[in-house]
Amino acid sequence: MNALSISGLSKTYGDSVHALKGIDLNVPEGDFFALLGPNGAGKSTAIGIISALVNKTHGSVKVFDHDIDEAPEAAKASIGLVPQEFNFNVFEAVLPTILNVAGYNGIERAEALKRAEYYLKKLDLWEKRKSPSRELSGGMKRRLMIARALIHEPKLLILDEPTAGVDLEIRRSMWSFLKELNEQHGTTIILTTHYLEEAEALCRNVAIIDGGEIIEQGAVAQLLSRSMLETFVLDTEGYTKPLTQIGPFTLRERDGNSIEVDVPKGHTINELFSELTEKGIYVSSLRNKTNRLEEFFLRLVQRKTGESA
Amino acid sequence: MNKTETQLDLLAINRIAFKTILRKEIRRFARIWVQTIVPPSINAILYMLIFGSLIGAKISDMGGFRYIDFIVPGIIMMAVIINSYSNVVSSFFSSKMQNYIEEMLVSPVSNVTIVLGYMAGGMARGLLVGALVAAVSLFFSELKPLYPLITIAVAVLTSMMFSLGGLINAVFAKSFDDISIVPNFILTPLTYLGGVFYSISMLPPFWQSVSMFNPMLYMINGFRYGILGASDIPIWTSFIVIILFIIVLATIAMTLLNKGVGIKH
Repeated sequence: MNALSISGLSKTYGDSVHALKGIDLNVPEGDFFALLGPNGAGKSTAIGIISALVNKTHGSVKVFDHDIDEAPEAAKASIGLVPQEFNFNVFEAVLPTILNVAGYNGIERAEALKRAEYYLKKLDLWEKRKSPSRELSGGMKRRLMIARALIHEPKLLILDEPTAGVDLEIRRSMWSFLKELNEQHGTTIILTTHYLEEAEALCRNVAIIDGGEIIEQGAVAQLLSRSMLETFVLDTEGYTKPLTQIGPFTLRERDGNSIEVDVPKGHTINELFSELTEKGIYVSSLRNKTNRLEEFFLRLVQRKTGESA
Repeated sequence: MNKTETQLDLLAINRIAFKTILRKEIRRFARIWVQTIVPPSINAILYMLIFGSLIGAKISDMGGFRYIDFIVPGIIMMAVIINSYSNVVSSFFSSKMQNYIEEMLVSPVSNVTIVLGYMAGGMARGLLVGALVAAVSLFFSELKPLYPLITIAVAVLTSMMFSLGGLINAVFAKSFDDISIVPNFILTPLTYLGGVFYSISMLPPFWQSVSMFNPMLYMINGFRYGILGASDIPIWTSFIVIILFIIVLATIAMTLLNKGVGIKH
């Protein structure tokens, strides 16, 4: 069964702003799925429609086979949403915030208390349960929204840029929490993110959305293998500034003696090395640039807008 | 999940959700009691002290009652009206401004339950402050309702009506100005003109007819009838007017929420 089936989904604001232009998307149950796209691509609009915060213009959305028009309650009960912007009552304390949402989902108080304790402890917020949420740090506010989204134990968890503005350590611990949720509890997870390494590290499948359309969709690994070139970072000796192209290889200066080199498909690193040696440039170390997906993504979006990669 | 199961679940979900919204609303106004409970009570004491005891002592009977006895029902009603309205308009508007209305919109709770929950919250505050003012009035007047059931029924229905009004105001409001305009510039003047401090039989015939269009007149006189047994308006007219208002306002509130006006894109 699909956790999410979207077909022909469109959204027009006013008469002229087409935020979504008829997208089709299927996310199988149990998947860890990334929705990538630049700002204003339509990610948040799509999430808004799925979770009943935005009225759609056309198309259909089904969550675990529950149509959001025909069975909105069943669809909503299956979804946990962690939105991009903080959307809790800042004057309310942490625990009642969670208990209220449990109540809106029809969870009896005794059971809600048990679950709230479990998730707040799990997300390191139990000590803060009596603090008004305005007193929490940015990372804690994020985690509060995650705990709140999980209180009714949804089968589909949707996170809209969950790690924006969260420091590295907390981001890593959130990653392992989400992985555990996906692998051990079978929760389907859809996330949008700006950190493409996040999608690369966590997700199995990805859809890239731009200008209200899905321009690429598939398994993360497969998309990466289709990437037309790979970028390496080299620490060098003898590199002189004006050099930007050697044979088929494009060079960019990073800092000091460190450069980035694009190696197109069909060319080997051996070729690169002999070209460099010829120019009197010696390589002291070499590593693969980590954000491969980001490179791929940028090229895709640029190709679409007609810019050169 | 089969169909009947879903339907059974929905009843239980909405029952628990209603209790949750009501509890949340009561907690909210109890948490800020210095803003929500104290000022209206002090206002009422001042009214009774100044208009009732000081000036009232110099005023002859009104409709056969001591002036203070005549105005106490109106002052209690004023507290019920303003507090029911203010509670819902502030609370619902805050939930819109801070976006935590979304907590409800993404949950399976129905719009009927949301309206009922907020309405019950407004009623709780309106009736609590009304009861406090009534308790205070015992120092100034012998408050012995002649028809207790009518008194309670008018108070409950009135708080219901103005809670719904506050909800509709909050749906349309875009700024904090928009939530204070109606209470300050419409509700308060209409209450003053609705016969809190005088009997409309004292007015020239033209202004008597104009007063008939003021909805407050029906609530204040209905309540006064419950307590004193005297009213400018037949009691059944009061009930009909209040109930009609409730039906109309509830329909408007439901339509707005179903369309997502002011809360959905």
